[in-house]
Amino acid sequence: MEMQTVKFYQTGTFTVGNRLLAEDERSVQANMHRTNSLNSGHRACQGCGEALGARYAIDAAMRSTSGELIAVNATGCLEVFSTPYPETSWKIPWIHSLFGNAAAVASGVAAAMRVRGRSAVRVVAQGGDGGTTDIGFGCLSGMFERNDDVLYICYDNEAYMNTGVQRSSATPPAARTATTPALGREPGNVFGTGKNVPLIAMAHSIPYVATASVANLRDLERKVAKAMTISGARYVHIHVPCPLGWGSLPADTIKVARLAVESGLFPLFEAEHGEITGRTPIRRKVPVTDYLRLQKRFAHLFNVADEPRIARIQAIADRNIAKFGLLETPAHG
Amino acid sequence: MDKPFAITLDVGSSLANKTGSWRTSRPVYVDRLPPCNHACPAGENIQSWLYHAEAGDYEAAWRVLTLDNPLPAIMGRVCYHPCETACNRGKLDESVGINSVERFLGDEALKLAWRFEPPVRDSGKRVLVVGAGPSGLAAAYHLRLLGHAVTIIEAGPLAGGMMRFGIPKYRLPRDVLDAEIQRILDLGIELQLNRKVSNILDTMHSGAFDAAFLAVGAHIAKRAYIPAGSTARMLDAISVLRGMEGEDKPLLGRRVVVYGGGNTALDVARTAKRLGASDAIIVYRRTREKMPAHDFEVEEALQEGVLIKWLSTIRNMADEGTLTVEKMRLDDQGFPQPTGEFETLETDSLVLALGQDVDLSLLDDVPDLVIEHGVVQVASNMMTGHAGIFAGGDMVPSERTVTVAVGHGKKAARHIDAWLRGGRYAPPPAHKLAAFESLNAWYYADAPKTTQPVLDLARRASTFDEVVRGLDESTALFEARRCLSCGNCFECDNCYGVCPDNAVIKLGPGKRFEFNYDYCKGCGICVAECPCGAIEMIPETI
Repeated sequence: MEMQTVKFYQTGTFTVGNRLLAEDERSVQANMHRTNSLNSGHRACQGCGEALGARYAIDAAMRSTSGELIAVNATGCLEVFSTPYPETSWKIPWIHSLFGNAAAVASGVAAAMRVRGRSAVRVVAQGGDGGTTDIGFGCLSGMFERNDDVLYICYDNEAYMNTGVQRSSATPPAARTATTPALGREPGNVFGTGKNVPLIAMAHSIPYVATASVANLRDLERKVAKAMTISGARYVHIHVPCPLGWGSLPADTIKVARLAVESGLFPLFEAEHGEITGRTPIRRKVPVTDYLRLQKRFAHLFNVADEPRIARIQAIADRNIAKFGLLETPAHG
Repeated sequence: MDKPFAITLDVGSSLANKTGSWRTSRPVYVDRLPPCNHACPAGENIQSWLYHAEAGDYEAAWRVLTLDNPLPAIMGRVCYHPCETACNRGKLDESVGINSVERFLGDEALKLAWRFEPPVRDSGKRVLVVGAGPSGLAAAYHLRLLGHAVTIIEAGPLAGGMMRFGIPKYRLPRDVLDAEIQRILDLGIELQLNRKVSNILDTMHSGAFDAAFLAVGAHIAKRAYIPAGSTARMLDAISVLRGMEGEDKPLLGRRVVVYGGGNTALDVARTAKRLGASDAIIVYRRTREKMPAHDFEVEEALQEGVLIKWLSTIRNMADEGTLTVEKMRLDDQGFPQPTGEFETLETDSLVLALGQDVDLSLLDDVPDLVIEHGVVQVASNMMTGHAGIFAGGDMVPSERTVTVAVGHGKKAARHIDAWLRGGRYAPPPAHKLAAFESLNAWYYADAPKTTQPVLDLARRASTFDEVVRGLDESTALFEARRCLSCGNCFECDNCYGVCPDNAVIKLGPGKRFEFNYDYCKGCGICVAECPCGAIEMIPETI
């Protein structure tokens, strides 16, 4: 499914739906009969970005596979809030084993399907940033390196939210978490060297890697659908704000995600076999402060105007914009 | 029990967990009043007819439009479109070209001969309408649709009122005017021309009318005392414009001076140019900011070579056509004051465009009327002090435009209908205004306005061809789709998509959405991400 060039209509493809498009050109989420893979009644917080991102992604994968999909889940918020025994919110075959082994379990499920001659059944593994960038990282790298036929989706909310907002290797610099308190001379998380798992995935030269955001549904659905057309190891990294952990308003979840993209802090791109093949340009560039101000985890940057460290965060965004060409007009669509 | 090891319960669904109980405030769908609708003097439901036009269903759009205004092709040419001034899109790029889409719909209706549906039942009541101008025609149309028998009596030789005798052809071609009037009359409305009502009560009595709507307009030119030589050529704007409708066009000469600052003054100056005048000069006593004429008309007139002398009054006119003009200055209150500086201006004729008065002679014997400042006072239901006699248009206190007149006609018709049934018309409660701040403008694509092509300058200055040409189908569609649908759901599916709890139920095309309060946690993302501000958060009662 390529991006549609929509005849001008008020909102183009910015909104979820568009009543003037042909049925098959509309988003999965606009469909009255979408799977709703992650059903109502789950116990995620108000305005949970991860719950939203998971439904967006898995519904899209369900459409691409005509419903022949098995999901493997790492431990984390998504697992805990969706399956308190004996209830489940999942309307698809779903398995959970441990925090760190989702990629390995998914490799096994894919192998089992192949052995049983059910190769039409596809496998998705999913986890949060903790289960992906820290605890499950070894299994994930192995899955990449063996090129197992699994789509691994990471829902990145930038800390261990389930256990009470502890720092992960995806927590951004200066962010306050329970383990990086806003105290001392350099409050919040350290300005480390960073750990960019999409780029690490690319270094494995796997067939497909993409980043996506809950703020750009059409882009997200297109990337998931594209991933499902490819065999082998694939990785999609989705930015999902966490109102509780970030200290943002539940109503602002999509707004916050949008500002992360528009500021350049969360670049949207895709890569095939280790080479970047596409980027989603920034539509209206904003300074990083627009993004940071909405979140209490960065409040200490503004309580005593911490210009130098705000400038360092702006520099990260500017570097992303230059590196990924986020202000360039796209060559396609 | 044949369950797997260590399993004692069947798999249940999370649907058992009614997360709606977490909520402290709930989203509700609302309709807000779009600023265009709010600003429309004719009370058109603009957002609603644009919604149909966006989908390319022009007939549905035209039918919604004509529920309020039976003259869209005329409106699309002569309305000063306060809707566009109010349009929220103006804060994004440029306001939606509502007026040009309206004109497209009106022209489409004429081209494809769409008709009004006649009323299914007759009420048995007879209503007299005096004056076949925009107000009288609109009232007749609405009264007829409400089932009443309507007779229009018009003093002039043709219907249309000021639309025919005050607005030049280059702004409103007469075939358009004739066609839209005829379509109203085709509903079964009787029109009597060349008949002046001299006594309204007598006419109502002899015709057995149950009620009357008066809309005689303002056709008497106001005069100013200007000492003038006996052979000086001084005319009034109304007779010049009316003369344009007859066989013998008015003789204005090569140099024409028009005195006044309203739209009529501009119409006369532009008409003079088209009749061959080399100089058409408007003399106005105040400044451009204070000029009552509309900006785009001033702009078009200046482009056509009309000159305007600001801050000037005419003191006298000598026989050989020499005008003495005094320079003015504005005082602290903004009123022009004489400066004692004079200059002269050579002219062949002077046209006075100083406003119009109403001929109220038909009301001479009617008791209980209140007449102030030369116009009839009416209550909020458009009824005069005399029961059963209603009035509207230029003869009551208001801004004197075609659109206001049409609005009066509609409003009066509704009240007359209620009055005939022995009740009072209660308008539905107005929704809250859809302010720009209630929108999420991120979702609207950037698209500046499609401007209507303007007739080539050289050509329009010498002919009476229509100056502003219409949009074609694709540009009209584009323009309609620029509408933000302020305050009214246009089914973009955003709320349905962005809810992390699947608590929005999509009811299907045209049926909008519903909240599932069993599961809505009240996060408010739907409210924040609704492009058009059609969802509101209200506190839960505990």
